[in-house]
Amino acid sequence: MFSEMLIKLWENGIILKGVWETIYMTTLSSLIAYIIGLPLGVVLSVTSGEGIRPIPWLNRVLGLAVNFFRSIPFIILMVAMLPVAKWIVGVSLGNRAMIVMLVIAATPYVARMVESSLKEVDSGVVEAAQSMGTGNQQIVWKVLLPEARPSLATGAVISMVTILGYSAMAATIGGTGLGQIAISYGHQRFQPDVTWCCVFLTVIIVQIIQELGAWTAKKIDKRRRG
Amino acid sequence: MIELRHVGKTYKTADSEIVALEDISISIQDGEIYGIIGLSGAGKSTLVRCINLLERPTAGQVFVDGNEITGMDRRKLLRLRRSIGMIFQNFNLLEQRSVLRNVTFPLEVSGVKGQEAGRRAMELLELVGLSDRAGFYPAQLSGGQKQRVAIARALATNPRYLLCDEATSALDPNTTRSILELLKKINQSLGVTIILITHEMRVIEQICDRVAVLGQSRIAEEGRVSEVLINPRSDIAKELILPEKKKGCEIYGGRRVRLTFHSAYSREPLISRMVLDCQAPVNILYADTKELGGEMYGHMIIGLPAEEHEADRILAWLKKSPVEWCEEV
Repeated sequence: MFSEMLIKLWENGIILKGVWETIYMTTLSSLIAYIIGLPLGVVLSVTSGEGIRPIPWLNRVLGLAVNFFRSIPFIILMVAMLPVAKWIVGVSLGNRAMIVMLVIAATPYVARMVESSLKEVDSGVVEAAQSMGTGNQQIVWKVLLPEARPSLATGAVISMVTILGYSAMAATIGGTGLGQIAISYGHQRFQPDVTWCCVFLTVIIVQIIQELGAWTAKKIDKRRRG
Repeated sequence: MIELRHVGKTYKTADSEIVALEDISISIQDGEIYGIIGLSGAGKSTLVRCINLLERPTAGQVFVDGNEITGMDRRKLLRLRRSIGMIFQNFNLLEQRSVLRNVTFPLEVSGVKGQEAGRRAMELLELVGLSDRAGFYPAQLSGGQKQRVAIARALATNPRYLLCDEATSALDPNTTRSILELLKKINQSLGVTIILITHEMRVIEQICDRVAVLGQSRIAEEGRVSEVLINPRSDIAKELILPEKKKGCEIYGGRRVRLTFHSAYSREPLISRMVLDCQAPVNILYADTKELGGEMYGHMIIGLPAEEHEADRILAWLKKSPVEWCEEV
């Protein structure tokens, strides 16, 4: 039923290793993308015209930078950023370089996600906090971020799934993971069942992220307990 | 004391200017409940926000306890805001925080330690009658309960003033009454000065001492509630105080007279006596009696007879009578 190739890949543990590498790359890149993207998103939201501290020029500059990176297709961005990866992690090939690429591609995406989550927070609640003499910094920490928590969680899921998708292109620069297995064993050696196996496993990972994220978002949201 | 001197607010857009407030001068005494009434779009919300500078006036000055706040630096202003509580039409509770933690919020912000903040919050929840809901989340409360939590939250830092921005407009009449009673209680027992804006006359009637009527960005008239209610002079005040009367009376085309009754003679059968004395019929178009701070007052609109000399006879009779009246146009 299965090709010899697939059975061999399974028995050698290559497929499981691919699963692990995909999860590892996705999680680590998401984490770093959030460490940079979350503050960036906060700044984008706070400095916008409707924000609590409008700074038009800063908002414009950051907005343009974010849009610039977001409009480049990942595969092109990857090639263009090879020197950057070399500069940051010392290599322009392999998983470490890939993580740099993923972070560069995902951070602007995350920033926009965070920005839109924060903008969903009822402006009346922010106004109430201001009426109590709350400073801007405290509004960010005590109002905007906590109130946007469920939406931020949902955004994180979407970002992670996107990053997972990008990580499949790792093979292009010598990275590993399910994408690399699908290309080098499935596509280049004409073993469609290997490809489909990778597709299937990717779907499962996405599904797990999705379910876990949705569950978390619901669990932390205090608005729907009637 | 809160004092507004010639306050104005103009919003500038790319190609036009919108005047929200113009030359507003009012002063609010300590301990009173001061109402500001106006139709929507009159600038009430902007006006109340000029008191704690959530909106910056573009003209004039605002004084709180003799200090000009319009020129204050930001740090001072933030501290000042802790002495001016505010509640809103949509309650504006933090949805992801429990009732208790909503009330502790302003205490956290002003640096009160956790345990002490919790104790103070429980006291306040007791005051607003919600101590059994401390662990609930806003989504689990009714509108009236949410506003009670908001009141407790606004009072947490012991403010001397409480601003109410259409605080009862999203509530049903019964809940409105109980919230207003609570505000009155807070005013009397804690001595908090309340500034309340609304578009509903019954809110003003129920708890306010003085009222300013806001029409088209300006104060149309101001005075003690009983005076303004009994004898509204401006068109906008008349419209707000006698809303349904106007339409009904406009359908009737003839000459009309508006009578105002005070408690002194609200028991006398004035109309009957007038009709008997003048031997002329009148048409009662509108009549209403209300109690206000223990006093009765009433309004009546009568249509004068079409016969010129009969109408004149009635007007002559009214001139001699003690009743306040004016011809409606």
